[in-house]
Amino acid sequence: MSALLEVEELDISFGALSAVRGASLEVRRGETHCLVGESGCGKSVTALAVMGLLPRNSVRQARRLAFDGKDILSLDEKGLSRLRGDRMAMIFQEPMTSLNPAYTVGSQMAEVLVRHRGASKRAALDRAAELLARVRITSPGMRLGQYPHQLSGGLRQRVMIAMALMCDPELLIADEPTTALDVTVQAQILRLLADLQKDLGLAILLITHDLGVVARTAHRVSVMYAGEVVESSPVDRLFNRPMHPYTRGLLSCVPVPGKVRRDQPLGSIPGMVPHVTQGFEGCAFRQRCALARPDCSGPIGRRRPEADRVYLCQIAPEEMTVS
Amino acid sequence: MLQFLARRLLVALLVCLTVLTFAFALTRLAGDLAISIAGPNSTAADIEVVRKAYGLDRPLVEQFFDWVSRAMVGDFGRSYFFREKVSTLIFSRLPITLTLGLVGLGIALSVALPLGVISALREGRPIDRIISLVALLGQAMPSFWLGLVLMITFGLHLGWLPISGTGTWQHFVMPGVVLAFSAIPALMRLTRSGMIDAMSADYIRTARAKGLSRTSIVLKHAARNAAMPVVSIAAVQLGFMLGGSIVIETVFALHGVGFLAWESISKNDFPTVQAVVLLLAIIYTLLTLGADLLNAVLDPRLRAA
Repeated sequence: MSALLEVEELDISFGALSAVRGASLEVRRGETHCLVGESGCGKSVTALAVMGLLPRNSVRQARRLAFDGKDILSLDEKGLSRLRGDRMAMIFQEPMTSLNPAYTVGSQMAEVLVRHRGASKRAALDRAAELLARVRITSPGMRLGQYPHQLSGGLRQRVMIAMALMCDPELLIADEPTTALDVTVQAQILRLLADLQKDLGLAILLITHDLGVVARTAHRVSVMYAGEVVESSPVDRLFNRPMHPYTRGLLSCVPVPGKVRRDQPLGSIPGMVPHVTQGFEGCAFRQRCALARPDCSGPIGRRRPEADRVYLCQIAPEEMTVS
Repeated sequence: MLQFLARRLLVALLVCLTVLTFAFALTRLAGDLAISIAGPNSTAADIEVVRKAYGLDRPLVEQFFDWVSRAMVGDFGRSYFFREKVSTLIFSRLPITLTLGLVGLGIALSVALPLGVISALREGRPIDRIISLVALLGQAMPSFWLGLVLMITFGLHLGWLPISGTGTWQHFVMPGVVLAFSAIPALMRLTRSGMIDAMSADYIRTARAKGLSRTSIVLKHAARNAAMPVVSIAAVQLGFMLGGSIVIETVFALHGVGFLAWESISKNDFPTVQAVVLLLAIIYTLLTLGADLLNAVLDPRLRAA
């Protein structure tokens, strides 16, 4: 069976700026796929491209972009809007501003079911109350009549999640859903997402820059750097044996109890993320990479060291010195 | 919501009281009323008679409270010039002004809102530029000139519409259009900028992610948030149309309140001036209050404030 979401060779540019280059990833049914990387590496844009929500001044190209085996690249806005909110849904980084201040929680939730299923307002509100309870909001009936400004950030994000679930989507894209929230609330939201995923068999594409989140929630991970997916792997193997030098650098920046010694500085990656414009050649990480070789400025091949793993580097696994 | 309403009403009342005081003070500052009423050829004795007859010899404070207490019950005295009760005079003129203002606002809104929305959705494209240019021309056109052009074209040459008077609804079409023209640019620009802001808001991205139709996104989710400044300015524009349509009322010979204000000021008919000023102040205050209430209905966050 094919993956639920297939992205192959996705390119996104804003004028001369190349935001995403040749990104490929797959989200399988019922799996949590984490997309990690630094700010500005193209994670959010990739997600928006899948949803067809890119800003007007951007250009999207791909070899293949498919949902449930069906091409969504050629769908127009109307065709795509039939899918959005129904079979694939998205929640965002900014819970404070993502709900419309002028309408009640209930009205904003209900319209999703009315739109996609032709449900009556009454039935849609019942469904909304049920889902608010599902995301562990107390007294859902009362919350339905409230406006976003009467809710805290954590509650608003729960409402967003509940709203995304109105039509029982198969795919939920969550773009840094916990970044704007308090640490304690973050943990609750992540646990909620994990539970929902298990109970509803949701596939989740979770965008984050927090490797702790990845370790706790992901089945698979794709690491992005400067617009490219540089490594894709099942989560345990990525943490045990990172392949791409960038992934290795990233993992060395994380303090692990028992492994990090107090008197030694934490790892860091020297240098800065390059500014990538169109026509860029070679590996974007080469200026910061300790293993860089002359052929890193040419075309970079994909390596598949084992089943289910891909990384984008000139250096073969056996040539990598253990750092 | 009730507390909000009570507070707004109190503020409105204070504004009216302040205007009352100023209206009184300004007419007294304009010169000795007895002299101007008695006329240019009167003797000192005539003036004294007038002063006594109109009660102008009493202390100012006494005159003020006398006027205010009568005004409270709708008695504004008799006009010095029209030989009529001021209240009768005003209420015979008010329907004309109200009709004109509402027609003007109606035309203005039905042109400005769609154009503003279209402009916002096509920001930076040719159609947006063209609409902005037309709005600029509208703003630059003096209303008396536009009024005359319309009269010559549609009244004289084409003979479609009557050029003066108030007999039928057709009489209000041209003045309404002229009045609307001055209000359209501001309303359109506010609609445009409000819609541009709203359409780039995060909640519109959410609405799109929910797969809502374009119509619902624009007219339900964006428009309601863009409407608030438009409501406020529309109220001010209507106030301006009701109180400031002197030029248009003159051009089209519509004897409304604006025309009355101008007549009574030039004739130093101070009971009428005071009453007209007060009436316009009350209208303005009510309109602002109405706009605030409408905005509170549109935006739940305002209700809490």
